[in-house]
Amino acid sequence: MRDIDKRDEGNHDKERRKLLKCMAWAGGGVLWAMKGGVLQAQTLGAGSLAAAGSADFSFVQISDSHVGFHLEANPDVLGTLHEAIGHINALPAAPAFVLHTGDVSHLSKPEQFDTAQQAFKSIKTDGMFFTPGEHDTIGDDGAEFFNRFGKGSSGKGYHSFDYRGTHFIGLVNVINFKQGAMSELGDEQLEWVEKDLKHLPSSTPIVVYAHIPLWTVYQPWGWGTDDAPRLYTYLKRFGSVTVLNGHIHQIQQKVEGNMTFYTARGTAYPQPQPGAAPNPGPLTVPAGQLGSYLGIREIRHVDVKGPLAVTDTSLALG
Amino acid sequence: MRKNLFGYLFLAGLTVAALAAGTVKAADTPAPATVQANITSYKFDPGVITVAVGTTVTWTNDDDVPHTVTSTDKHFKSSGALDKGDSYSFTFTAPGTYPYYCTVHPFMTGKVIVQGTSGG
Repeated sequence: MRDIDKRDEGNHDKERRKLLKCMAWAGGGVLWAMKGGVLQAQTLGAGSLAAAGSADFSFVQISDSHVGFHLEANPDVLGTLHEAIGHINALPAAPAFVLHTGDVSHLSKPEQFDTAQQAFKSIKTDGMFFTPGEHDTIGDDGAEFFNRFGKGSSGKGYHSFDYRGTHFIGLVNVINFKQGAMSELGDEQLEWVEKDLKHLPSSTPIVVYAHIPLWTVYQPWGWGTDDAPRLYTYLKRFGSVTVLNGHIHQIQQKVEGNMTFYTARGTAYPQPQPGAAPNPGPLTVPAGQLGSYLGIREIRHVDVKGPLAVTDTSLALG
Repeated sequence: MRKNLFGYLFLAGLTVAALAAGTVKAADTPAPATVQANITSYKFDPGVITVAVGTTVTWTNDDDVPHTVTSTDKHFKSSGALDKGDSYSFTFTAPGTYPYYCTVHPFMTGKVIVQGTSGG
């Protein structure tokens, strides 16, 4: 695993970015390669961690459901949300819990939150944790969202919990947007993170989730978090940090030391790749191809040191 | 003859009064102006709107995603979420420069410049 990291770092920057775009790094022995937009496992050396029974536990990330959207890019976002839920329920092992990384609704309307909440009830899992997107906090700083999905958080929305030795931190970077700037976590939340992590041993696996990417994917479209570098200073001592984001409706990845960042597909509609269109608006794709742009993510923790095993599944496989 | 003279004077008086009333109406201010703006392709169009005091600006969202019209320094009430086809109007009654942005996509910015005097 470490050898392959060094080989990646020796490549030309452009090649490295291309490689990272195509690969999701996984726990020891398994390389997850992207072929035709679908992540597939390739075994490296002896032993595969892909078998369902080998994971210590697994959880699922879904994102960007945009309940209430009804235009050309996807006239039936509730239908594709239910499809995604069907994929979760068909997993070989039920996830311990599901993380939703935001934009549950399209317009922060109470009826949209209610419809989404009803759909989530059909997920076969023991729990669900949420962080809002900017579509969930329009006009009320997330009051309607947190009322339904903010259980266990302080009221400001950020929260943390432990599951079988892994520490999970849900952050909020969709409040108090400043004109012309990217998103921010803010001093109060960052001070809370510092305290939250302070007494954890560096061997504790950490999972951080927030809606907007916690690295700069594409600044002209606001795809980044201005004060994320301060967050890194609290995270960098840990041996395994996985950062899960949404917002951009596509998979982008970055590796920085022991921190691996992933954005996710949504369950609603595609968006263009960074800079590939005049704006980041909903992308209409040819008929029959929508499913390949939407999907869920299963993450498995196995009891070895290092990154988590990540599997992205598109709805095209359904 | 006297009755006719009286009638003539009365009519003249009414005419003068009517003319005077007409003159007062002509001194009233014209109907307030309205200006249309579009929110399209993640931009406010036009980006800078220059208007006279008392003008109503109406923004209409043409995009497939919601936007807001939100005053940078809270100098006017925010629109809330505008879905595709929704409009928001605000009447500017005081001169000044009013920068605004979209809280969902804060890289979208615009400005209203209001000229003239208050209550004019």
